[in-house]
Amino acid sequence: MVVTRIFGARIKRREDPRLITGQATYTDDVVLPGMCYAVFVRSVQAHARIRAVRTDAAQAHPGVIAIFTGRDLQEKMGLIPTAWLIPDSDLKTPPHPPLAVDRVRYVGDAVAVVLATTRAAASDAAALVEVDYEPLPAVADPEKAVQPDAPRLHDDVPDNVAFHWKVVNGDVDRAFAEADVVVRQRMVNHRLVPCAMETRGCVAHYNKGSGELTLWMTSQNPHIHRVILSGILHLPEHRIRVIAPEVGGGFGSKIPCYPEEAVVSFCAVELGVPVKWVEDRRENFVATIHGRDHVVYLEVAARKDGTITAIRGKCYANLGAYLSTAAPGIPTILHGLMMCGAYRIPNVHYEVLGVLTNTTPVDAYRGAGRPEATYYVERLVDLVAAELGMDPVEIRRKNFIPKDAFPYTTPTGLTYDSGDYERTLDEALRIVDYAGFRREQEEARRQGRYLGIGFSTYVEICGLGPSQVAGAVGFQGGLWESAVVRFHPTGKVTVLTGSSPHGQGEETTFAQIVADQLGVPIEDIEVLHGDTDLIPMGWGTYGSRTTPVGGAAIAVACQRILAKARQIAAHLLEAAEDDLEFENGRFYVKGSPDKAKTIQDIALAAHLAWSLPSGVEPGLEAQAFYDPPNFTYPFGAHVCIVEVDPETGEVKVLRYVAVDDCGRVINPLIVDGQVHGGITQGIGQALYEWAVYSEDGQLLTASFNEYAVPKAHQVPRYETARTETPSPHHPLGCKGVGETGTIAATAAVANAVMDALRPLGIRHLDMPFTPERVWRAIRQAQGPGGIP
Amino acid sequence: MIPMAFEYHRAASVEEAIRLLEQYGPDAKVLAGGHSLTPLMKLRFAQPAHVIDIGRLHELRYIREEGNVIAIGALTLHRTVAESATVRQRIPVLAEAAFRIGDVQVRNMGTIGGSLAHADPAADYPAVVLALEAEIVAQGPAGRRTIRARDFFRGPFTTALQPNELIVEVRVPVPSGKTGSAYQKYPHPASGFAVVGCAAVLTVDAETCRDVRVAFTGVATQPFRDTVVEDALRGQRADEATVRAAAEKAAEGVQPLGDAFASAEYRRHMAKVYARRALLQALTRAT
Ligand SMILES: Cc1cc2nc3c(=O)[nH]c(=O)nc-3n(C[C@H](O)[C@H](O)[C@H](O)COP(=O)(O)OP(=O)(O)OC[C@H]3O[C@@H](n4cnc5c(N)ncnc54)[C@H](O)[C@@H]3O)c2cc1C
Repeated sequence: MVVTRIFGARIKRREDPRLITGQATYTDDVVLPGMCYAVFVRSVQAHARIRAVRTDAAQAHPGVIAIFTGRDLQEKMGLIPTAWLIPDSDLKTPPHPPLAVDRVRYVGDAVAVVLATTRAAASDAAALVEVDYEPLPAVADPEKAVQPDAPRLHDDVPDNVAFHWKVVNGDVDRAFAEADVVVRQRMVNHRLVPCAMETRGCVAHYNKGSGELTLWMTSQNPHIHRVILSGILHLPEHRIRVIAPEVGGGFGSKIPCYPEEAVVSFCAVELGVPVKWVEDRRENFVATIHGRDHVVYLEVAARKDGTITAIRGKCYANLGAYLSTAAPGIPTILHGLMMCGAYRIPNVHYEVLGVLTNTTPVDAYRGAGRPEATYYVERLVDLVAAELGMDPVEIRRKNFIPKDAFPYTTPTGLTYDSGDYERTLDEALRIVDYAGFRREQEEARRQGRYLGIGFSTYVEICGLGPSQVAGAVGFQGGLWESAVVRFHPTGKVTVLTGSSPHGQGEETTFAQIVADQLGVPIEDIEVLHGDTDLIPMGWGTYGSRTTPVGGAAIAVACQRILAKARQIAAHLLEAAEDDLEFENGRFYVKGSPDKAKTIQDIALAAHLAWSLPSGVEPGLEAQAFYDPPNFTYPFGAHVCIVEVDPETGEVKVLRYVAVDDCGRVINPLIVDGQVHGGITQGIGQALYEWAVYSEDGQLLTASFNEYAVPKAHQVPRYETARTETPSPHHPLGCKGVGETGTIAATAAVANAVMDALRPLGIRHLDMPFTPERVWRAIRQAQGPGGIP
Repeated sequence: MIPMAFEYHRAASVEEAIRLLEQYGPDAKVLAGGHSLTPLMKLRFAQPAHVIDIGRLHELRYIREEGNVIAIGALTLHRTVAESATVRQRIPVLAEAAFRIGDVQVRNMGTIGGSLAHADPAADYPAVVLALEAEIVAQGPAGRRTIRARDFFRGPFTTALQPNELIVEVRVPVPSGKTGSAYQKYPHPASGFAVVGCAAVLTVDAETCRDVRVAFTGVATQPFRDTVVEDALRGQRADEATVRAAAEKAAEGVQPLGDAFASAEYRRHMAKVYARRALLQALTRAT
């Protein structure tokens, strides 16, 4: 493969000028003539029977056009489906009506929708809708929800357990029986709110004449939304057009199919006027999915020399009140299968209970199951090291899957494509100066200062994924991706991708791929996405799949273009195809580079079709539907250094070093950006972010006043570096990188905090490490005597 | 997040603003920088039928030296206070506190009068005006009156201001002698408001604490002067050991607030730590 300047170049994102100068069109910028506004009435109760919904006062409010309740829609709309039906797990998918009919099951559950000529009128009228609730006992905690006497959410799920999934391999019992040490720990991976900068929203327009519904919406996967909406709305798929205009962040929260977009679409069809709905920030905290939320009981077996022989665990995954679109797959396929991490652990037994509670539904949030797995595994490795008095670096080296073992099949059944884990660790150690730090730490401890270093040597599964595997694990869709590369007569190129980037920068990196492959100047290439009428088909952007799958599709399409261009070039140059060289966008006969046909010449010739080789069709365009043969498995070593103030419990991140290996890098600037954002969200979980529910299901952190997303001054300058171990099966050698930062970071921070606190006799604390929590732990460990 | 409908009035003078307040009574709210009022209105926690915008009353934006008093107009922005050479030289603790309010956007919009009138129990200015023994000048239909800071705060979001009165000025006496002052704040990681904020003003004379004033915000339902700590220091040796011992008494007779982020017990502990940090810094600056 020719490595040209453009592939691997640190060029600035072409989408940024429009984004940062206010020129971009987001969903809320879409304004249609005669448009009305929808506002949802939401439950303030965590669990209640609806006795009555009284809408008379609201109906009489000036400007109100219509009001619909759950009962009104019951016969007219389908249910909100779950689309990841994991097998062999006794999965139950309780019905999820678009608007609650006789029962609300979480604070934020939509009860009615009010449509009015202005958003203000709709808001005023919504406040006038009276819902008569008969409160029921509620449960928010997954361990409590599985108790026999717990309130039951759905009649057809008697124990609130939506599924019971497990992965088992090897002789786990024997490994534990023969172990020199066994380490046990209960861990909590607390709930987070994705907090995309742009909240959800949509504009629906139904053309009565053509019978076509157009829906602009904040989507990570417009085609998936189209097919699901078609089922809910009883409208044929080809009569629905879903457009994702500029999308201001998703982090997974814009994958699912929610009630609101379906209800708004229904209203547009029913009323014959365009309808807009934009979620406000208060709603976003309760009505858009949350992430994480596990309680897990873990055990590891190890030998004296640090060799880990088995891992066993039981996870209570809180899924909220209904099963959101991908919810069942997150704590199982994307989590449970990764429970051996980067280590050669031969025996595994991991069970997951998917538990329904009176809380906002939980689905994919950046990393989706993998940050949780990394967190558990990396904490456990440190706990074993501490138990054995081993250095955390040494225990990792001892257990790493060696670089000559790839492709490596894990006991959970995955095949890691490629890796060189020690190399990233070595590089990270060099950058932090590990030995130097340990000396500094010793010195600081003598002065009563508590520094700590934490490692997270992660591997993750991404680039979802082979469609056959998707089918085998119950994902109700394919996971391949489409691409069209289209030359215009003037030599300019339009690229259509089924990926749906929403901030990740693929308009730039995909253009780099095409420029590199075809030798066309990057400014002559336009990358389009996010419109079901424009793009042949697409499965969207999530699971760090955009470059591994969508990018591969583009590379394959480019190869097809080149094959045809070569035929035409040979014809025009009157030479045999095999005698042609292709370099920097020029075809020439070997040995005579000055007599060349540029790819633009060929594009024009192909379009004019005055003289084409026989049997060759006019035009220069190629399409590819790329189904990856495997997932990609990026990996790396993240190292965090913290200082804990023993007096106040405050944790400060002093340094953060990230050495990532995502295979070949198309644009280092963009990879850095992805890593920075990911680490920030990982630090956010470790130190600040925490969605707290009261026992009875009220969200106590329902605004940015209480829910702390890290601000610039709360995170350090990141030090990033990379190694490049190409993926053997990706046409360009790339792996995904969109989630690595989030997947690695919480564990690195947690291990650093625990390293700092070790001399105080603290072995494990659950995140987030809020000052009070750390302060209490220190006080408890020290007794009334205080800090030494 | 859409406020209830309201009628908007723009006052052209202080007198007109007061007249409008008289006219609409409890249904009216003054709007200054809008950085407390608008969020409340958007959440519909505040639903005034009339909003009287005083934002264009430029005559209320000033910082003047009047002998040993610094007079600050009610509409002076947090940013202006933070950056003012006069404030930084003569009452640095006030500039320090102003600089710790919110973020750049908030400091570019919020006003000192608005912050004091709003009387958020976790706002920064209240602790500082208490510690500096400032005076708040209010103007109503009957003219002006001066309220001592310590008489001004009456409870959470409650002040001595009458509904038809406007804050027009804050008067801060410049501490005399060898005085050091400091503001130390532990901000909530989400809101930025003080979990604990401590303002300390310490005057040293012949190695003795001649005068000391310590005030807290964020700790209790209203900002308060901590007279226990002050009494433990006044007349005592001005040294680190004395300060440390005195700070241990912080928030002694007070019932601290407790919430999901910081319990009452933790706030009490943090009050001691932040009192010590503020006092030690003030001591260093005084000597
Ligand atoms: C994101 C954010 C972060 C913040 N962080 C902090 C922080 O860390 N520390 C902090 O202290 N504050 C913080 N604030 C609050 C900020 O300081 C406000 O600006 C201030 O509290 C109110 O000032 P204002 O001029 O905006 O008043 P407005 O919002 O306009 O008014 C507030 C109240 O005071 C009344 N009022 C205003 N001016 C007068 C007057 N002259 N006379 C009588 N009544 C008047 C109004 O009627 C209203 O009731 C924050 C605000 C935001 C939005």
